[in-house]
Amino acid sequence: MFENLSSRLTRTLDALRGAGRLTEDQVNTAARELRMALLEADVALPVVRDFVDQVKARAVGAEVTQSLTPGQALLRIVQQELTATLGGKSEALNLRTQPPAVLLMCGLQGSGKTTTTGKLALRLREVDKKKVIVVSCDVYRPAAIEQLKIVARNVEVEWFESQAGQDPVVIAKSALEYAKKQYADVLIVDTAGRTAIDETMMQEIAALHAALNPIETLFVVDSMTGQDAANTAKAFADRLPLTGVILTKTDGDARGGAALSVRHVTGKPVKFIGVGEKSAALEVFHPDRIAARILGQGDMLGLIEETTRKVDADEALRLANKLKSKKSFDLADYREQMQQMQKMGGLDSLLEKLPGGAKLQAQVQKAQPEREIKRAIAIINSMTRQERRYPDLIKASRKRRIALGAGLEVQDVNKLMRQFDQTREMMKKMQGGGMAKMMRSLAGKLPPGMMGPPR
Amino acid sequence: MSLETPVGNRESSLVKSLRARLNKGDSWLTYDLGRLFSADKLREDAIDQLEERLLLADAGVDATNWLTERLGYDLRAGRIKTEVQLRAALRKALLDLLLPVAKPLDFPAYIKPYVMFVAGVNGVGKTTTIGKLATRLKRDGKTVMIAAGDTFRAAAVEQLETWATRAGVPLISQGAGADSASVIYDAVSAAKARGADVLIADTAGRLHTQIHLMDELRKIKRVVQKLDPFAPHEVMLVVDATTGQNALNQALQFHEAIGLTGVTLTKLDGSAKGGVLLAIARRLALPVRFIGLGEGIDDLAPFDAVNFVDALVGDDA
Repeated sequence: MFENLSSRLTRTLDALRGAGRLTEDQVNTAARELRMALLEADVALPVVRDFVDQVKARAVGAEVTQSLTPGQALLRIVQQELTATLGGKSEALNLRTQPPAVLLMCGLQGSGKTTTTGKLALRLREVDKKKVIVVSCDVYRPAAIEQLKIVARNVEVEWFESQAGQDPVVIAKSALEYAKKQYADVLIVDTAGRTAIDETMMQEIAALHAALNPIETLFVVDSMTGQDAANTAKAFADRLPLTGVILTKTDGDARGGAALSVRHVTGKPVKFIGVGEKSAALEVFHPDRIAARILGQGDMLGLIEETTRKVDADEALRLANKLKSKKSFDLADYREQMQQMQKMGGLDSLLEKLPGGAKLQAQVQKAQPEREIKRAIAIINSMTRQERRYPDLIKASRKRRIALGAGLEVQDVNKLMRQFDQTREMMKKMQGGGMAKMMRSLAGKLPPGMMGPPR
Repeated sequence: MSLETPVGNRESSLVKSLRARLNKGDSWLTYDLGRLFSADKLREDAIDQLEERLLLADAGVDATNWLTERLGYDLRAGRIKTEVQLRAALRKALLDLLLPVAKPLDFPAYIKPYVMFVAGVNGVGKTTTIGKLATRLKRDGKTVMIAAGDTFRAAAVEQLETWATRAGVPLISQGAGADSASVIYDAVSAAKARGADVLIADTAGRLHTQIHLMDELRKIKRVVQKLDPFAPHEVMLVVDATTGQNALNQALQFHEAIGLTGVTLTKLDGSAKGGVLLAIARRLALPVRFIGLGEGIDDLAPFDAVNFVDALVGDDA
């Protein structure tokens, strides 16, 4: 729906090629594009203004190195500034206090406080091996307390009982008392959602803060929030000494400009991001990744990380060596290749991290690559060892048998054989240093730094 | 936060109460409009100022450009010289934008039960809206039933139960973890058997990018159509007024999955300006049904473009 920033900048700036440094004219032209792109990503206007000025100041006169176009050069500056503004590096929860360490959750209605409370509790229990107690001070929304009770049971942490109609401050105090007696490491206090202009409710959260003296006061904000993110964050920060921010629902396709607004307005680090409805779907915040996302460039780092985690490196190496040592690429190798692909969680999870992936994802979904891979494997499984080694053996009658064995049609077998032939052709080309050549030519086309340090 | 709010729904006071509720009486668009004039002349940067206000309200680049270009045209043609004229021009432009989408929900007598799906992303206020809507319809003399289709989120059924009790309408549920499509299918057949006028089906909040969850919505629709090939008669998307430009993506994706017939904008009582309504009106031809103005049971009003625009472009704001 929105043109991403890199194509915007490249389009407007690359016409003005040639200069060794970015000129003021160029930067001003680009500033407009940058402003629009940030607004479309829901970054709050005052923040956009500050940020654009910041970029301008740095960009004018900046050197355009030979390998880069002016657009790319500027984009790099924008990206660096954005990452810096977002906090540079990720920050962990602060639990350095006499236990119990109290975490107070606050935010607007529907931002995801209760769900996040559960996710945090799970993370603290599992990853940090802490004894966690959760309590809900939301005495207003129907079944809010019940919701936390269920969430707590699901993540297997203790839930301190509270009831609608009780005074939130009284609940908080008795929960703290209880947590002390139980020698709990962490007490997470969930609160009702409130709008920042609701004076009574804002007084209540301030009273809760005073009663609990929490080590972390976490502002929970929906990543889809628009311009209001800045106002609300400011209003909360004025009343409460916030210590961190949690950005929720980032598994959607919102650009997440709210992260920049909130960070800029409160000066507090984003500590975690919610990435799904499951209790484990909470990730440490990486400023550089959100920066890339706001700019519409996709989460390349996350993608690379996921790929390296999932692909069995030994297996891949073995396959590669085998291909090198052997003259021919046979159907058994082809099957192994596809099994590797299956292990990577399919194209789906990869695509969603690529720039413009959401759209691609929808298209790919229609083609059902997952099912195709499964079928191909089934077909190869129905062959004899001999057939896998010498695919040329497979003629009409064998095809009929294989199709029957896989529960498919002969056409499907034909299709697989055609795909296999194509892959084999490609493999042949890649042998004899072809691969290295391909990588070299690719490297020239990628932005610097993306290839990673040479291993 | 009061749960019982007195209603002032007499036509005359509606604009006033709407004004009071929208951003606590602070019209984001036209506060100190007089300041855009100096010595009875519109200041040079007036259009820029308005543009900024629109952008700050999440109206989005597209709707904002459309509005400011229109005003700029009137300005150059010399039609805007005074504050009153500027107000009138703004009012007219906003009405042109919003009137076509202000189509209230209509329940024809020959459709019974009138099946309504309520969908949206997580945390926009679907359940709360259903509670308020059921109360409203019951007060209008309709027999209403609610289906607890959100079987996923913890305590969603309990939350809806509380609302159903408040509204005094029956709730059909199978508890948490049940199949959403099956609950709603049951509810539609129950509504048929009992001769209810309206059945409102809650659904679990889902991000529009979760393909399998969008498929689940398609399934619910398919299953319900076995009982009534024309159901659902209304598929209402609930959008949070604090949402930014992502609201458009939400609407497009939900529309592609189950075909939306209306939108309700919630949480307009907060500090968010809900300008995303303008973006929605500009980009999608979807009727806006209701606006949510608080957590009380009566804090839901049918969307009326004239009242809404009057509340924004008041003469004393």
